[in-house]
Amino acid sequence: MNKPSGSVSRLTTPIKAWTQRFAFLFLVVGAFALMLIGKADTVLVERVRTVAGDAVAPILEFIARPIDTIGNTVAGIGELTELRARNAALERESERLRHWQTVARRLEAENAALRSLTDMVPDPRLRFITARVVGDQGGAFARSVLVNAGSRDGIAKGQAAVTTRGVAGRVTEVGQRSSRVLLLTDINSRIPVLVGAARDRAIMAGDNTGQPRLLYLAAGTETRPGDRVVTSGHGGMFPPGLPVGVVTQASETALRVQPFVDWAHMEFLRLADYELPSLLLSPGEGGRPQGGQR
Amino acid sequence: MSQMVWTRLDSTARSLAPFALTVLLIVFGMVPLGVPNFAPIMPALGVIAVFFWLVYRPDLMPAWAVFLIGLVQDLLGGGALGVGVFVLLVVYAALAGQRRYIAQANFFLVWLAFLPVAAGAFVLTWLFNSLIVDALLAPGPAAFQYLSTVAFYPAIAWLFLQAQRAFLR
Repeated sequence: MNKPSGSVSRLTTPIKAWTQRFAFLFLVVGAFALMLIGKADTVLVERVRTVAGDAVAPILEFIARPIDTIGNTVAGIGELTELRARNAALERESERLRHWQTVARRLEAENAALRSLTDMVPDPRLRFITARVVGDQGGAFARSVLVNAGSRDGIAKGQAAVTTRGVAGRVTEVGQRSSRVLLLTDINSRIPVLVGAARDRAIMAGDNTGQPRLLYLAAGTETRPGDRVVTSGHGGMFPPGLPVGVVTQASETALRVQPFVDWAHMEFLRLADYELPSLLLSPGEGGRPQGGQR
Repeated sequence: MSQMVWTRLDSTARSLAPFALTVLLIVFGMVPLGVPNFAPIMPALGVIAVFFWLVYRPDLMPAWAVFLIGLVQDLLGGGALGVGVFVLLVVYAALAGQRRYIAQANFFLVWLAFLPVAAGAFVLTWLFNSLIVDALLAPGPAAFQYLSTVAFYPAIAWLFLQAQRAFLR
């Protein structure tokens, strides 16, 4: 591949050249070994990843705070110029929302009354833990962020990460003081959702583009652009009814969803601690009680 | 006697500077900037850094350092493990024979030489990621990240040149 004469004095002796070439080959084999280990998705890889995340999270947190402040100040100066127009718009919005609040209150009361009439099992308790987004590796091949809360703060694998607008992703790796959140748009993201007023079941799958696809929508369902997409709660992973996005492209071949989340202003994430016992157990935990029964 | 120890420590620290700077750059590159739509096209800092040091100071960027840089990048990013390592090693191998000619060229020509190297790196990354998820990935996002990587090369190269003047002369 490369002639020894091309590299200067370091490769004077052929033996040295051979050892260097051998070392390089060894490293390439190492890279392939890493790929295989990563593909096998062992616990080891995850543990090493969380250790790396824990190590850089404090540094990133230290830098992320002032950058957020600068960003907010710049945005604030920009907003000063359009203060009056914004104020008017917000007043109109608030009026509209007050109307929706009365509707929601009425529906809530009605819902509670109907639930008690039918003796429906109450939904599990939902608790939110708020964490700062400290790291975003970026790039075209994976979409995930690092947050500065981990197992010591009550974060667990599988929890939903939401912003005030809607679902952003799911916790995939948990360290002691940092966790990784796989965003909706990542190629590995799969989330069970309900589409439109008809609440058709589907799976929303990311493909590293800005708009995830809708898969496994039953034949004959009528989905139109503008239909709201919410989490379904199937599989017990996510609480049901969290807003996700709207359907944007409704054609025969591909349905896509525009998420509600504002990726650029995702300073904080709320992680939903959804207590649904025994439905979603990791293989290790799930194996033990079964073994005991036998 | 102690003078010699200090001199040796000093030269070790200096020779580790390219590696340390690259790792720092990758870590700092993770800070969320809050710029709309920037995260998906975040330039591939590892490719830029490894290319730069292999061209200007190949003696300070040995294969094991390239391997470790790829590993740090793969562990901190959420992507497939090992792909970044492999791609950077390919960049290392590709430059092994040519770097003498590239290093003699002016800055603009070095940038021009970066174009095909980065393109190769992105095609390989795209290919291996596709293999790992067992589906052809949409090439669009990778193409945009490639363009931004090429566009950011001069800025990062300038930073490294300053560091090189400060530490390595």
